[in-house]
Amino acid sequence: MTTLGHRFDFVFLFDVMNGNPNGDPDAGNLPRLDPETNQGLVTDVCLKRKIRNYAEIAKGGDTGFAIYVQEGAILNERHREAYKVARPDDPKVEKDKKLNPKDDAEAKLVQKFMCDNFFDVRTFGAVMSTGINCGQVRGPVQLSFSRSIEPILPLEISITRMAATNEAEKKKREDGADDDRTENRTMGRKHIVPYGLYRTHGFVSAHLAARTGFSDADVAFLWDALKNMFEHDRSAARGEMAARKLVVFEHDNALGRAAAHDLFERVKVARVDGGEAYPIGDKRLDNARPARSFSDYQVTIDRADAPQGVTIHELL
Amino acid sequence: MSYGVRLRVSGDYACFTRPELKTERVSYDVITPSAARGVLEAIHWKPAIRWVIDAIHVLEPIRFASIRRNEVGSKAPAGKIASAMKRGSIEGLHLHVDEDRQQRAATVLVQPAYVIEAHFDMTARAGAEDSVGKHLDMFNRRAARGQCFHQPCLGTREFVAQFELLPADAPAPPPSAKTASQGFGTPRDLGLMLWDIDHAAPGRPSMFFNARLEDGVMRVPPPGSPEIRR
Repeated sequence: MTTLGHRFDFVFLFDVMNGNPNGDPDAGNLPRLDPETNQGLVTDVCLKRKIRNYAEIAKGGDTGFAIYVQEGAILNERHREAYKVARPDDPKVEKDKKLNPKDDAEAKLVQKFMCDNFFDVRTFGAVMSTGINCGQVRGPVQLSFSRSIEPILPLEISITRMAATNEAEKKKREDGADDDRTENRTMGRKHIVPYGLYRTHGFVSAHLAARTGFSDADVAFLWDALKNMFEHDRSAARGEMAARKLVVFEHDNALGRAAAHDLFERVKVARVDGGEAYPIGDKRLDNARPARSFSDYQVTIDRADAPQGVTIHELL
Repeated sequence: MSYGVRLRVSGDYACFTRPELKTERVSYDVITPSAARGVLEAIHWKPAIRWVIDAIHVLEPIRFASIRRNEVGSKAPAGKIASAMKRGSIEGLHLHVDEDRQQRAATVLVQPAYVIEAHFDMTARAGAEDSVGKHLDMFNRRAARGQCFHQPCLGTREFVAQFELLPADAPAPPPSAKTASQGFGTPRDLGLMLWDIDHAAPGRPSMFFNARLEDGVMRVPPPGSPEIRR
């Protein structure tokens, strides 16, 4: 496993159609909104979860691609029970109050073991502790919050169900009904975004990659995961989500050749209306119909005089 | 201060968590000296030098927003990992997020922008080949080109920091607005703020200082100053 020698910065665009990309637990699962601008938000941890899930599907069981922070139960756990040699835990690692050199070495060993075996620890890092801080792994991959290009309009859709959960609910409906119809109907709600194009920025630090053993193969897999993770994350709530654009800026050294925010400005998203492209926020768009598909946006990548040593890869 | 540096940092959000409000995170109003040190160290640091923050300029009005997220409630137990290493299998080493879930709100800063004024001192670990000029040049070169060891962040890693170096002779950038929240007009007392964590002392105690914002600037006491309380 060769670790990464290059720094990467990337811009990732994904969209949602008639779905809820990321619910806000504070707002009754409405799509997350920036209250000041009405732009939609998707948290970094939401995307990390999808990357982990994709890794589990694509590389399930491969050595070095186990996932530490898992969702749901794993079935094949039962299979190896028979082979397990139950051993008592080592008392030395119990609740030490100090990090003496021996523990430090041990902490390093433990961290290395985790990084070698678990893709998500190697990629995003993890905090390990036994009541004291036994060190933490800072992963090379850093994601920021995703933000929609334009303000989104969350809709609340009421739905009905032709069944009741329990007797009490049925009875309540019967008592409240003023005619003889006794349908066990219950109401529910769904929140959707009719359409939203979201943009997120990410970073891969070559120096931190060297510490966790994050390799060239891993970074290639990360691009795969970003491109395909929505294909395996279908659900009633999500609607149609798709990865639309992945632009990776590769620097030819570990420190990088240019500031990330300067590079990100090279990826511009404009709004298309009636065959014309307008910059986002243009006053002439005020009367335009709302965007309802990816073709209502135009993504341009400014490749002119890119900084020396920066390669622009358009991976999607 | 012949070898000070000034770095402008900004971002969409920031969360400089108050140690007394950690579960449901609430950010300090202004970047803490220790977070500012972390930003500088993300660009250049060696054991031979120690960054010292002199002042923080607050360029934007101080505003908050709330974000609630699902988080996991536990950390990876080192003991379990050690026994898995002994066994030679990773069976049973995982953490189920839906069985160990905590929803936590974070009160974060919106659209912050700062100028960090800092310098560095040489430490006892500086060798013969370490000179002030060398490290200063390295920092300036990196910061001017946008190079970094890892992308610096504003408190937590999801809140990415943009940074740009201010040339030594350039005037300080003016604040975008002069609001009372930045201490324009009457000085604002921000109360006790974390100065840094003493990693050398046993138990790693936190050190605090009395933070004040005057005309958009927060002065930071130097190490060893009597203003710093433990």
